[in-house]
Amino acid sequence: MSERVADVTRGVSWPSNGLTEIPFRLYTDPKQYQIEQERLFKGPTWNFLCLAAELPNPGDYVATTIGETAVIVTRDGAGKINAMVNRCAHRGNLLCLERRGNVKELSCIYHGWTYDLTGKLTGVAFEHGVKRQGGMPPEFRKDEHNLRRLRVAEFAGLVFSSFGDDTPDIRSYLGPKIAGGISRVLNRPARILGRSTQVLPNNWKLYAENVKDTYHASILHTFLTTFRINRLSQEGGIVMDDSGAHHFSYSKLDYALEDADYKAAALRSDSGFRLKDPSVIESIDEYGDGISVQILTVFPSMVLQQIRNTIAVRVIRPRGLEKTELEWLHLGFEDDDEAMTERRLRQGNLVGAAGYISMEDGCVGGFVQRAIRHNDEDSGVVMMGGYDAEPQPFRASEAAIRGFWKEYRALTGA
Amino acid sequence: MEDLAVRLGIHELIAAYVDCIDEDRLEDWPDFFVQQCRYVVTSRASHEAGLPHGVIYAASRGMLADRVTALRQANIFEPHHYRHIVGPTRIERVDETVAQVRSNFIAVRIMHDGEMHLFAAGRYLDRIDLTSQPYRFIERLVVLDSQKIDSLLVIPL
Repeated sequence: MSERVADVTRGVSWPSNGLTEIPFRLYTDPKQYQIEQERLFKGPTWNFLCLAAELPNPGDYVATTIGETAVIVTRDGAGKINAMVNRCAHRGNLLCLERRGNVKELSCIYHGWTYDLTGKLTGVAFEHGVKRQGGMPPEFRKDEHNLRRLRVAEFAGLVFSSFGDDTPDIRSYLGPKIAGGISRVLNRPARILGRSTQVLPNNWKLYAENVKDTYHASILHTFLTTFRINRLSQEGGIVMDDSGAHHFSYSKLDYALEDADYKAAALRSDSGFRLKDPSVIESIDEYGDGISVQILTVFPSMVLQQIRNTIAVRVIRPRGLEKTELEWLHLGFEDDDEAMTERRLRQGNLVGAAGYISMEDGCVGGFVQRAIRHNDEDSGVVMMGGYDAEPQPFRASEAAIRGFWKEYRALTGA
Repeated sequence: MEDLAVRLGIHELIAAYVDCIDEDRLEDWPDFFVQQCRYVVTSRASHEAGLPHGVIYAASRGMLADRVTALRQANIFEPHHYRHIVGPTRIERVDETVAQVRSNFIAVRIMHDGEMHLFAAGRYLDRIDLTSQPYRFIERLVVLDSQKIDSLLVIPL
């Protein structure tokens, strides 16, 4: 045990104290991956578990992960949400095998130990033996063998959990600007439209960076320019909390002007590529503020996306050094009428594994991973827009990526 | 009216569809559908839960044509193709104008460097228009057995 701990403290060394040089070894070093599991995912961070709406009734549970650690989230009889490790206190067996369901109690299939919905050990099969033989010694105390409980916080219908006893409360963790960005999008009860998972052939941090990288958007994703959409996009910028850990980028669009422009252009014969069915981009300004894109991250692993009228939570789930599962939770709202749902479903073509403006993110991380395999002795450079992790009123910037590394270094002690 | 000619017409449609995709004649792909069609790629879990979101969600032949234009002109990905294997088609219901059928399939993805793996397994749940020749899909639901998609989905299934 002590050997493993000693091992884990030696991570990848950084070339300087700045935030602009990122060693490639961070994406290839197995020890670094261990450090991240311990100090980020099981450290003083809040990790998204599920929507509160996924647990409407007492007994509802969702089995998920924080980093690679299996956890369970339940709604108990008192209506409270609980989170605990998905590991029986007896021999370490997985308690919940299915992704979601409804149960009266949590019971282990291996030796029949049972726990209530808060993780308290309530039953041990043959605790007093069989016919007065065997059984637990008299010193055995059930209340010393509860499931490890995790802290839970709910914000705007999102359920977060933390392993850390010292993690600040969720509002302080997010800061007012990021909390405001979340509340702006999730301003009413959400409804799940669908789920999907995109398996990325790369280290999780390559995606965490990608989603904070406003520099690549119009270069890698050429759908909008090819079809001459978004020509009228207006101001935008990057907003960050004080730590730099979380961010959102946004841009505005005059929807009515775009609609008129697109229809007028369709009548001209010189217009090159045009959508045959523009309903995939036909949007309404549902928030009334003209913001057509808002991509928000909560360190280390959650993304909240509003692209026009497509709303999604994306969760970055590390699955080994070179594999990441990106879980998409596509959302609408309870007050959507049929036309609004149809609008969201059509715009859903923009995002996800087959998304017109996102599919490339499913392969580009893999290209990086292939390029740095056994070729990782150097550092990448993130200097667009300067050296700091500060908010910026423009998007040709890597400030939010620097913010990620600032927090990463603080938590990993590097 | 479920006679041999109808059965053959349905089989021809289903076979020609995967041949078109696997042989990279994607410009012909939208023509397998009626004008007001539905083509949705979803997962077994979402389908059973009644969730309407599709990884691909097309509600007109125009949207299918746009998929092809985007693939050819805009989207960036490593060259690859599929080999679909479609199992026997089961005709569930048929009347004068519409047939409702289902078929199992698997699609192997072959990358440009020869790397090859099982990309998708699932069911095609189809409603087919029998009123004109050749037959066309009114609706094709592609229900993938897994909710996980490796890297990206750009060529249709």
